[in-house]
Amino acid sequence: MAKFIKTGGKSVKALNTSSLPDIVFMILFFFMAVTTMRETEVMVTVRIPDATEGKVLEKKNLASFIYIGEPLEAFQALYGSEPKIQLNDSFKEIADIQDFIAQEREQLSEADKTKMLVVLKIDRDTKMGVVTDVKQALRRASALKIMYANSNVDKITTLY
Amino acid sequence: MADIAFLLLIFFLAATTMDSDTGLMRQLPAIPDPNVPQDVNKINDRNILEVKVNKDNLLLVEGQLTEFNQLREIAHDFILNENDEPNMPEKEVVNIPFFGNVAVTKAVISLQNDIGTKYGVYIAVQNELIAARAQLRDNLSRQEFGIPYEKLDEDRRGAIDDFFKVPISEAEPKRIGGDQ
Repeated sequence: MAKFIKTGGKSVKALNTSSLPDIVFMILFFFMAVTTMRETEVMVTVRIPDATEGKVLEKKNLASFIYIGEPLEAFQALYGSEPKIQLNDSFKEIADIQDFIAQEREQLSEADKTKMLVVLKIDRDTKMGVVTDVKQALRRASALKIMYANSNVDKITTLY
Repeated sequence: MADIAFLLLIFFLAATTMDSDTGLMRQLPAIPDPNVPQDVNKINDRNILEVKVNKDNLLLVEGQLTEFNQLREIAHDFILNENDEPNMPEKEVVNIPFFGNVAVTKAVISLQNDIGTKYGVYIAVQNELIAARAQLRDNLSRQEFGIPYEKLDEDRRGAIDDFFKVPISEAEPKRIGGDQ
């Protein structure tokens, strides 16, 4: 029966990891290519509405974002729970929109200034009063190209 | 080496987002210049489809209480006006490249909302109106060029847009001002 008795230790050969950096770099480059930098920390709750006809925003560098919604719980003690407007990293009022647009426009190159787009990310439960005020402010600032951000669905089922 | 790569990978995972933004593109009208006399040519009443959404999110189309899921069809029929009915939009013969002289609808959709309307409902209504128009454009494109509207080149797309112009206008809000 000697031929069934194992000779030597149970050593398993170590896995060859020399190609591991290549694989990880590959994943890294994949993520670098398909993702974009997070620019602002959103401080309001925004559940954007559903729609079927939304188009993809292609030139993100031409877009400025306006967020409207209830402040997050951490900010509610300070700002209350009524829908607020967020421009860049702080809560602002309607009157500040004109300055914000001027400032954003300044950052674009001369050729792109007319192509500027304002993306409105607004919570679906917001009342239109605020939205209309923002739209009027945008008209006064002559930022006329806007996009109502929505999530694309196949069919709108409920009207909440 | 792998450690450094992992470090960079984790950094990119944390600092970036993958979601692409989608949305409804709209063009706001410029603020009318008070020194320039306003266009007095009022649009003929039969050419306007009046859509109103009130504070209880109820839909009023041409003065009739309407269910939301009927809106797309109503807008579709209104723009098309197949039987040239007198209470539906007029048609005007214009010259459009690729089509020649064709009768084009003069329909306009006017969307009004209340201060208390929910934004989600407003977008849903606007979406239906845009969808009705997009459907007509797509049908025409398939019929005329045999390919969907999305795949057309710029010239052809422009021609189709001229055929079904149908501006969706947002009425001037009743209350203008900055204070809430």
